[in-house]
Amino acid sequence: MEKHILLRGNDVPNIHQYDVYVQHEGYAGLKKALGMTPEQVIDEVKASGLRGRGGAGFPAGVKWSFIPKNEPVKYVTVNADESETGTFKDRLIMETNPHQLIEGALICAYAIQAKAVYIYLRGEFWDIAHQLDQCIEDARRHGFVGQNIGGSSFSCEVYTHLGAGAYICGEESALLNSLEGKLGQPRVRPPFPAQKGGGLYGEPTVVNNVETLTNVPWIMVHGAAEYKKFGTEQSAGTKLYCVSGHVQKPGVYELPFSTTFRELLYDICGGPSVEGRSFKALLPSGGSGPVVPLNDQVLDTRMSYEDTAKVGTIIGSASLIVMDDSVDMTWVASKVTKFFKHESCGKCTPCREGTYWLDKVIDRIMAGEGRPEDVKLIENVAKNMAGITLCALGEFAANPIIHTIRQFPEDFNRHVAAKTETRPAAGKKTAPAAGD
Amino acid sequence: MAILNNPKYEDRIQWHLSKYPDKRSAVMPLLYIAQEEYGYVSQEGILEVAQLCDMDPTQVKSIAGFYTMYSEKPKGRYWLQTCTDLACALRGADEFHHDLLAYLEIEEGGTTADGLFTAEHVMCLAACDKAPMLQCNFHFMENLDLAKMKAWIEEKRAELEKQSK
Ligand SMILES: Cc1cc2nc3c(=O)[nH]c(=O)nc-3n(C[C@H](O)[C@H](O)[C@H](O)COP(=O)(O)O)c2cc1C
Ligand code: SF4
Ligand code: FES
Repeated sequence: MEKHILLRGNDVPNIHQYDVYVQHEGYAGLKKALGMTPEQVIDEVKASGLRGRGGAGFPAGVKWSFIPKNEPVKYVTVNADESETGTFKDRLIMETNPHQLIEGALICAYAIQAKAVYIYLRGEFWDIAHQLDQCIEDARRHGFVGQNIGGSSFSCEVYTHLGAGAYICGEESALLNSLEGKLGQPRVRPPFPAQKGGGLYGEPTVVNNVETLTNVPWIMVHGAAEYKKFGTEQSAGTKLYCVSGHVQKPGVYELPFSTTFRELLYDICGGPSVEGRSFKALLPSGGSGPVVPLNDQVLDTRMSYEDTAKVGTIIGSASLIVMDDSVDMTWVASKVTKFFKHESCGKCTPCREGTYWLDKVIDRIMAGEGRPEDVKLIENVAKNMAGITLCALGEFAANPIIHTIRQFPEDFNRHVAAKTETRPAAGKKTAPAAGD
Repeated sequence: MAILNNPKYEDRIQWHLSKYPDKRSAVMPLLYIAQEEYGYVSQEGILEVAQLCDMDPTQVKSIAGFYTMYSEKPKGRYWLQTCTDLACALRGADEFHHDLLAYLEIEEGGTTADGLFTAEHVMCLAACDKAPMLQCNFHFMENLDLAKMKAWIEEKRAELEKQSK
């Protein structure tokens, strides 16, 4: 991109510093918002078409409008738990453009009239939290955090909170429990976080992803109409695409949603990392989204919410894990299954038991001891997990095996039929099984 | 020592307690402070955190047990956590971790005899484009290979030797 909306550190050196940030439109979006009514701010964000970047793609302005107006205490929580394999974009935003996140969170806080913002970071983001704390203090010194923000009657605090190593705390209701000092396990819904009784300390709460909120200052300054010029009809704006695995240039790239997989993986990332190899498969949304073969049809698909749905997958958080033809897809399924078994919080039986069984069966298949009836068994276990778990992890967990069987039956059946010891990815030795 | 009435931590403890409308929310940051003081989350630490947050010690203990970054036993001076999750594994992280354990002559999760290094594998650390990578005492080391790690390990061993002289 010529000019970035999110990765502005690429255009302006040292924009993570307060002084540099204010020289480049910094806190101008917040000032503009303070001159509008909260309803007008929400309407502008709605009009921009901004959708949540944490995975589900829910329209941000609509989410904000669910917050009841007459409740005296409300909160904003920023989801910076980023723990899905292949996802490393929120970290880059917070490292290179932290003030824009703080500003975006404050605009959201003004729009719903929240009294405080809590930024929940995964525990490993220790250094990042420290830098954010300093940014918050810089913003406070200049009147953008605390009492009477920007000289207005609006007051709001901003705090960071470090998690301590639990993937499930990225799920919004588990995140709220964790922030309250309880076990980080999902809550029964309704009530939803936006409702009285469902949010932080029981108060109406907006939970948004880091990337979602970082878009907001730009939308306030340049307007919804300008923002909608990027992307596609149902996917407005730009997205941070995280590319990992078998490409020459892995990394985070900010691109309009209208970009195709081919443009990203070949033109920008330079194609397969090993000469002579070709692309085989793609997980477009980390371990939790459906795997697809990297064929021409997929490569020519635009990386938007609506276009990826047409090829049977999702763009989700846009964590593209790319695999070349050296990779055994059964090994991939087993790796991801172990992840979900390890990360299941254990609160509901179908997920706790289901992940245990899926892992057991796939281990057996990987060891060359698969049985022809195992495919049926897997499908049966997956069916019994779908739609009845407390949170979406239970659904994610069945995805890797189910979609591998569907998309790469040859990789799967080979293990079951030939009873061969599996060949790990790229001829590498495998370490002791991950996740136990 | 202790974290209660310890001037080293007083400001930080007060700051964390002041951030939330409910003291209980400070349990996670205070557990980190306990871990810093004792080298792991000790029984004394749990009792102190419980007192500070107005919680039952068994509740604090269950919180400490739920999260993987609180350690219930002492670790080596350098706690090396290699990511071997899918995206890193595609770029040789499993092999790197395997070789690292072999070089340190320890098993998964073990600590070297000199007490310097503990090594284990972990799930995604949000640095998948810089694999192989690991987290050392919560700071990231990226784009690694065994040669780089060997040099770093020997450097740390030399430092220890110098200190003990
Ligand atoms: C198991 C699980 C893990 C999740 N992890 C994250 C995460 O690490 N970061 C994130 O922003 N959203 C994560 N989500 C989605 C959140 O629940 C929530 O939808 C999101 O924070 C809403 O923000 P958005 O609308 O701005 O995307 C996760 C969901 C589930 C079910
Ligand atoms: S689906 Fe799994 S992770 Fe989610 S609440 Fe149930 S047991 Fe926990
Ligand atoms: S998979 Fe290793 S850091 Fe993400």
